Amino acid sequence: MSAKIRKIIVQVDETRMEMGQPINPPTRRALAMAVIENPFAGRYSENLDELIVIGEELGALLGQKCVEALGIEPGQAQSYGKGAIVGEAGELEHAAAILHPKLGAPLRKAVEKGAALVPSAKKMGGLGTALDVPLGHKDAAFVRSHFDAIEARVSDAPRANEIVVAVAVTSSGRPLARIGGLQVSEIVGQDGLR
Amino acid sequence: MIEIRRIFTHVEQIHHEFGPVAATPLLRGAIGVVLTNPFAGRYEPDILPMMDDLQGVGVDMARRLLAAMQLPPERIEGYGKGAIVGAAGELEHGALWHVPGGYAMRELLGWKGDRSAYAKGQGEAKTGQPGNALAIVPSTKKVGAPGTALDVPLTHINASYVRSHFDAIEVRVPGAPASDEIVYILAMSAGARIHARVGGLAASAISQWDGLR
Repeated sequence: MSAKIRKIIVQVDETRMEMGQPINPPTRRALAMAVIENPFAGRYSENLDELIVIGEELGALLGQKCVEALGIEPGQAQSYGKGAIVGEAGELEHAAAILHPKLGAPLRKAVEKGAALVPSAKKMGGLGTALDVPLGHKDAAFVRSHFDAIEARVSDAPRANEIVVAVAVTSSGRPLARIGGLQVSEIVGQDGLR
Repeated sequence: MIEIRRIFTHVEQIHHEFGPVAATPLLRGAIGVVLTNPFAGRYEPDILPMMDDLQGVGVDMARRLLAAMQLPPERIEGYGKGAIVGAAGELEHGALWHVPGGYAMRELLGWKGDRSAYAKGQGEAKTGQPGNALAIVPSTKKVGAPGTALDVPLTHINASYVRSHFDAIEVRVPGAPASDEIVYILAMSAGARIHARVGGLAASAISQWDGLR
């Protein structure tokens, strides 16, 4: 692995009740984060291939961590999202290099299929900066019940020369989804949208 | 009386903190259970019945945390607990967690063998850490808004004075506690601080087996 990982954090958020209504089965959302060294901290590099490779590695690692934490089979994953928080000695494009070129394929392998775009968010930040990582259904981006977000935050990261990389996977939509739109049962799953 | 709304688990592997990379990453974890505060919005003189009702929650949370950490009980070396009470509650509601949370975790990590043999250090000559949880479970509590962070102290499970295991883990459940909720927290760690090197009592030097040294 070429990523220099300082910490890996895995969280599971299980909701059993919302607005007094029992949620059965509970909604479950997993978030896996890696705190890595930014190889380009403090300097401008035209070529960001090193981060692209790191993104590919972390797509597999963090995707698998989420699925494992949820205790599900890969095919049972329903929605996903990704994000990165770049420490102040880096640049926003470093997050883009990790997230966009190569992270998706291994993540899709970890959750099986994944026709839909992996929604993402990125920002520059300091220690404890929170990033709201968007979530969308993995096979059809327009499934309204699965539009959501999960907060990613590491209390002691990113240091100036670090990047926090986050992947989120769920086995459910929102707890009390009831605003219509495309339903899971109506997914065609071909174009990634519907 | 117990109405659980959410369960939040957090597990972290620490490979290094800008020093040598550890051969085995330090594993730390915390679990927060978000439940309705039955006493929200009023002063209730007798809150003790809830302490009994929390017994099962304590056992369940301790087991869930251990499962999330994917470790056998004997690998746990540090622990702590805490509570964040929503704005319509009082600090004392957080204190209800001391017994059901602390003892559930200690019992889960508890050593089941012959106490007198253990007192002589038999069966764990190398580290003195058979996981029998003799030490008090350190704690913090506060009243806070949704997303409030609590620094939960961690100390060695068998001897509170073990310096390498003085630590803390920040626990925060996004969106909780609402004003009529409480977050009860348990935390465990599988070792010393990642680059512990400030001397003091070492885990291998525990000798009194009184929970302190």
